[in-house]
Amino acid sequence: MNVSALAIAGQRSALALKDVTCAFPSSSGTTYVAVKNVSLTLAEGEFVSIVGPTGCGKSTLLNVAAGLLRPTCGEVFVADEPLRALNRRAGYMFQADALLPWLTARGNVALGLELGGMPKKAAAERAEGWLKRVGLAGHGDRYPHQLSGGMKKRVSLAQILVMGPKILLMDEPFSALDVQTRQLMENELLDIWSHDRKSVLFVTHDLEEAISLADRVIVLSSGPATAPIAEFEVNIPRPRDVTEIVQSPHYLQTHRRIWETLKKEVLRSYERGKAV
Amino acid sequence: MQHNRIDRGKVWLLRGVLLAAVLVGWQVGIDRQVLPELFFGSPRVIGATIIKWWGSGAFYVHLYVTLVETLLSFAIGTALALVLGLWLALSPLWAAVFDPFIKAVNSMPRLILAPIFAIWFGLGIWSKVALGVTLVFFGVFFNVYQGIREVSPVLLANTRMLGANHRQLIRRVYLPSAMTWVFSSLHLSVGMAFIGAVIGEYLGSSEGIGYLILQAEGTFDTDSVLAGIVVLTICALVLDAVISAAEKALLVWRPTAH
Repeated sequence: MNVSALAIAGQRSALALKDVTCAFPSSSGTTYVAVKNVSLTLAEGEFVSIVGPTGCGKSTLLNVAAGLLRPTCGEVFVADEPLRALNRRAGYMFQADALLPWLTARGNVALGLELGGMPKKAAAERAEGWLKRVGLAGHGDRYPHQLSGGMKKRVSLAQILVMGPKILLMDEPFSALDVQTRQLMENELLDIWSHDRKSVLFVTHDLEEAISLADRVIVLSSGPATAPIAEFEVNIPRPRDVTEIVQSPHYLQTHRRIWETLKKEVLRSYERGKAV
Repeated sequence: MQHNRIDRGKVWLLRGVLLAAVLVGWQVGIDRQVLPELFFGSPRVIGATIIKWWGSGAFYVHLYVTLVETLLSFAIGTALALVLGLWLALSPLWAAVFDPFIKAVNSMPRLILAPIFAIWFGLGIWSKVALGVTLVFFGVFFNVYQGIREVSPVLLANTRMLGANHRQLIRRVYLPSAMTWVFSSLHLSVGMAFIGAVIGEYLGSSEGIGYLILQAEGTFDTDSVLAGIVVLTICALVLDAVISAAEKALLVWRPTAH
């Protein structure tokens, strides 16, 4: 289905998962199938949100796309090339705090450049520029424990963007923030994204967030053996302000349509959770 | 919050009072002949002995030897522990293979090895260093091992995604992460290094504070024995302070509230 959508847009694929299945040995000796036969495509410059009930294997899909996890079967293509090692074109923003606590904000942003062999001074200058772009000018010398949750997320974002990735993989990056900070970060992300339109795969369990940000929303079934069950185009015009569009009729209509599908999965996931 | 704040000046004052009370009580006990001086020594004479040592050249040779032994055992033991701890923490197979042997050697009363080291390395400093190394090694080793094993997988994944190879992961993530653990063990290891040096000297040597103490014991000179112990204690405190300063400088990134 997404193949036809791509053909219409006439775009190349930035990232494609073909028939990806991931199984893990479970403690009871059986295998646990986290995701099963997942195929999805991310076009160049496209912002795609993936929503699904909690614990449905969304992070597993991102780890596969990042090359951190090798699928049990199926394949990953990056810019139409099969992925064999880590995905060097992708930046990965984790749900948990991933900043090195022993580096300052500037040191954290410069880390990737330094690892790639850039001289310390040049890397620090580039890092400073990105800190400014995410609104943290003057905070470069602070250590992560001296930063608020929102500021840490900004540093994480700068840490990834400084590397100039073509693809952004984001795993519920703002879920730990309070609502106001989260909306601020979402707007900021959209603003940064609008400058160079990277391909973004944004995983969340929050439908509101998914719709506000994305061009396309993919709904996953509840786990185990998670797979995409439906996808929806979001035709809300850009630039968007996430605090305002939630009241637009277009948004409400999209929300209602997707929620009908998602609700069943959430309930199923909830029932299963109760049974365990 | 308010009741947690302690006046530092008051703490130091009370410490001084406590120390003075013990010393004065001790001295009075000796002077009144409640305590026999042969067994307990006298604070006044101990102080005088230290001052006499301080002014004599020979004492510095002994102190120097003991300090060199201590620092060498500390440095070599810590370095070995870092390398081996890092290696085993990153190779589960070898960790499993070595596990029983490490436990066995660790539970062995290692001070008993001193005579064997004297046979192997002679009566010079290296037999003392060897003993010190066996004492320093394990405390640091277990902490490095644990520190490396507990590195957050998210930090590792993130740093890998930013382009780190294996060696860069060790230098930028594993080692800094283990440092917190290592420093907590270094405070203990300094004491261990001193024990190794002094016991080694005590069991066979011709110089060092341990040798001085042994000599004094031979003539029932309790004051000199205690003076030697006081000097060692002061040295250990100074080294511990140096480590605390290094810890403070190297671990600036740690939150201070704990």
